Amino acid sequence: MSESPGVREIVGAVGTAGGDPLRFANAALDRARRAESEDTPLHAFLALADSAAMGGGAATGDDLDGGGRSGKGGPKGPPLLAGVPVAVKDNLCAFDFPTTCASRILEGYVSPYEATVVRRLRSAGGVIVGKTNMDEFAMGSSTENSGFGPTRNPRDRSRVPGGSSGGSAAAVAAGIVPCALGSDTGGSVRQPASLCGVVGIKPTYGRVSRYGLVAYASSLDQVGTIGRTVEDAALLLQAIAGHDPRDATSAPLPVPDFLGARGRGVRGLTVGLPREYFAKELDPAVQRLCREALGRLEEAGAVVREVSLPHTKFAVPAYYILAPAEASSNLARFDGVRYGSRAPGADSARAVYEETRTRGFGAEVVRRIMLGTFALSAGYYEAYYGRAQRVRSLVASDFGRVWAEGVDLLFTPTSPTPAFPLGERTDDPVSMYLSDIFTVTANLAGIPGLSLPVGAVDGLPVGGQFLAPMWEEPKMIGAALALESLLEEAR
Amino acid sequence: MSAGAGALEAVIGLEVHIQLRTERKLFCGDSTRFGDAPNTNVCPVCLGLPGALPTMNGHAVTLAVRAALAFDCEVHETSVFARKNYFYPDLPKGYQISQFEQPLATTGQFRVRLPDGEKVVRVRRMHMEEDAGKSLHDRVPGGTAVDLNRAGTPLVEMVSEPDLRTPEEARAYLQQVKQILEYLDVSDCNMEEGSLRVDANVSVRPVGSQALGTKTELKNMNSFSGVEKAIAAEVRRQSEIVAGGGRVEHITLLWDDARGEVRPMRSKEESHDYRYFPEPDLPPLVIPVAEIEAARGELPELPHTRRERFGREYALPTYDAEVLTSTRGLADYFEAVARAADDPKQASNWVMGPLLAALKERGIEVGSSVAPAALAELIALVRDATISQNVGKEVLRKMLDSGRSAKEIVEEEGLAQVRDAGQLEGWVDAVLAAHADEVARFRTGEKKLQGFFMGEVMKSSRGKADPGEVARLLARKLAP
Ligand SMILES: [Zn+2]
Repeated sequence: MSESPGVREIVGAVGTAGGDPLRFANAALDRARRAESEDTPLHAFLALADSAAMGGGAATGDDLDGGGRSGKGGPKGPPLLAGVPVAVKDNLCAFDFPTTCASRILEGYVSPYEATVVRRLRSAGGVIVGKTNMDEFAMGSSTENSGFGPTRNPRDRSRVPGGSSGGSAAAVAAGIVPCALGSDTGGSVRQPASLCGVVGIKPTYGRVSRYGLVAYASSLDQVGTIGRTVEDAALLLQAIAGHDPRDATSAPLPVPDFLGARGRGVRGLTVGLPREYFAKELDPAVQRLCREALGRLEEAGAVVREVSLPHTKFAVPAYYILAPAEASSNLARFDGVRYGSRAPGADSARAVYEETRTRGFGAEVVRRIMLGTFALSAGYYEAYYGRAQRVRSLVASDFGRVWAEGVDLLFTPTSPTPAFPLGERTDDPVSMYLSDIFTVTANLAGIPGLSLPVGAVDGLPVGGQFLAPMWEEPKMIGAALALESLLEEAR
Repeated sequence: MSAGAGALEAVIGLEVHIQLRTERKLFCGDSTRFGDAPNTNVCPVCLGLPGALPTMNGHAVTLAVRAALAFDCEVHETSVFARKNYFYPDLPKGYQISQFEQPLATTGQFRVRLPDGEKVVRVRRMHMEEDAGKSLHDRVPGGTAVDLNRAGTPLVEMVSEPDLRTPEEARAYLQQVKQILEYLDVSDCNMEEGSLRVDANVSVRPVGSQALGTKTELKNMNSFSGVEKAIAAEVRRQSEIVAGGGRVEHITLLWDDARGEVRPMRSKEESHDYRYFPEPDLPPLVIPVAEIEAARGELPELPHTRRERFGREYALPTYDAEVLTSTRGLADYFEAVARAADDPKQASNWVMGPLLAALKERGIEVGSSVAPAALAELIALVRDATISQNVGKEVLRKMLDSGRSAKEIVEEEGLAQVRDAGQLEGWVDAVLAAHADEVARFRTGEKKLQGFFMGEVMKSSRGKADPGEVARLLARKLAP
């Protein structure tokens, strides 16, 4: 069965030809079911729609309270995502599906309300075909930490798809859907996009509402989009971005046209090459492909300049203090009292908490809760949390200085290696944590990042990452569109 | 050992939790109404459902700022919400959103009136926080039910420095805090419904010592007298320990009002490490200085200022001014009556005397009694002698019970004072005729019988006879 057409193609077909607006979604469902029934199932989805239910949650847009975002394609055109099948990461609350965060503790939990991004997606005409697999509570870099079994990389099913939005990246890379929603706390959209050979965008913190995104680390989490092309990922972002009064950290800013810089090319753009991201330990193939991409940008008229972000080496340790600290608090609500699973037979409040949480949480989640609890505890707060916060502002000021020096965008590898085999790093948390080494800085600084494929080694995709100043997504997406077509031409 | 060498004094600080009078909860749109069916005023936010996020109720901030300014606190332009993490079945998120390192306001002070003068009590801080739900231990046999209607209700916690020295001072402090909060309209301060809750930190030390002893925390006091009794009991308990050479342990104690004793709740070993950290779901709370100053300008007149003004402006005795300013409602009512009647002293007499007595009998509030203008009309009827003082009191009761005006009652029931000479003379003559003995005794010098005749005449006229005229007639007719 052929791959899903792109977003514009679907919207155009649905808008002009009439007929069944759900036909693309039904075709996506067929592809998804087939991918799950193969000898080595992809396991990209935790729940799939039955086609009858798909229209059920479609919003009319009347209760949307966003800023300048438009769900419509234009005054006369069909809605931005009319008829487009979309896969949604299972940490986003949506009607008609369970919301489990791939955790046993939430097995079967159905949210009584929808995430703002899901409402916006529906009101733009998008059709949710399923909820995608992920690392439990978005904690992981391989989607092996799912409470319901790992997802496989569609390019090589013996390998991981990356994480934690591995299900979403795999669904797009396998051609099941043109685009999908993920969440990016330390690289969880960009890193799996890189490992699966698709495009992932993490917008500026505050650009997209977190209301209805089950929190991992609130100050770092941001809903992101994955597409087979830069355009598809950008169109999905267009549909979900904008101020949300339900999220106090969402910015009351108008939403720009994310594709507004299309066709402007990269001439005159100053692209920074941060030397700390191109260390000699970097996988040589990744190094080579990223430098080649930079070469293409230079040929097309960009000025490439080496820059320094000296606090980069502290970013991963700081991230692995801050994110678990917030997680230890965010996950306290999963206590077996009000929803989700509860340990049977517990005979005191304390036993309910202990037994429910012991049974419900997987090893990585427990590890991070313990880490975070320790980092916040009275005697250690300053030594860990306080210091990590200071590193965070140093990382942000590194970026600020580079932008002030006239750099428009940065270009880096997305992941230090291509997709690794399933099981290779599961017993070595530290090596797993280093998978996020190039992506966590954007989350610490709140800036946007975009990963796109820059080539492959031995059939395994390699991604490169643009980083931009806050709110400069159009510039970043414009450069990515340009690089995408430069690389296309070169093939 | 000389007397007083071992004397101890108590050191008391109070933490008052004040429920703000908002219609909506602090971080969501649910109602704060008290007494609704369990778990009816709840939503994803206050239930702590996965993915739900808090948003600020600006009105709660306005009220909190008003309270902080009234206690002379420095209100900070930027304050930060934090998470206070602990597990409890009625705490849906597993943490309470409160303010910790950077509270709304700090370093206030408050002049507490005591029987022998005033005492300045410093206010350490005032911060905003959300309330938890309620665990109900009596609904499900063998189990605990949880009602989350209260979860997310806005509170301000007001923490005093340990400047109080006796249970009586603590009670006076608390009563006056409540009075001010009512004046500000920031809380209904209903202790029974839990909208005013108080914890006390109590320690003892030798008189003259500056060091603080080990303190205990006292909870579960839900009346003014409970606060006073609980603190007294705890001071006694600690004094006995110290006098016996023992050491006070740092524990939390619950006040058992029925038994009149304190009992331990949990020991320090079990106390929590709340793992506070800044709430990442809420940006810092920024209140522009201009807004703080505007709020200061809009503060209502507070009780002590009003009390002084009543003395000055209406020439009222201190006692009157104090009673009349005890609540904002009563003070407003008095001022309205005084203006309408154009006679502050009479207004004071009527409000403090007959009105308060009648309200007490009926168990109603001044706000739901007769309108100030209606009371002023009654006062005018007494003043121009249309009715007597005593008839006036009766008319007031009828006004309260029927809602009719004083004029209507006087007219319909024929209560107007009678000054018609013929009618008065008739009553006087009848009384004198019926009491020939007393008349004779009067004439032989038993002058105090004047009052008896007066009373009899008033009785036979059902209070309507003009007492002045009656007195003149009696004097004339009894003259030898
Ligand atoms: Zn609520």
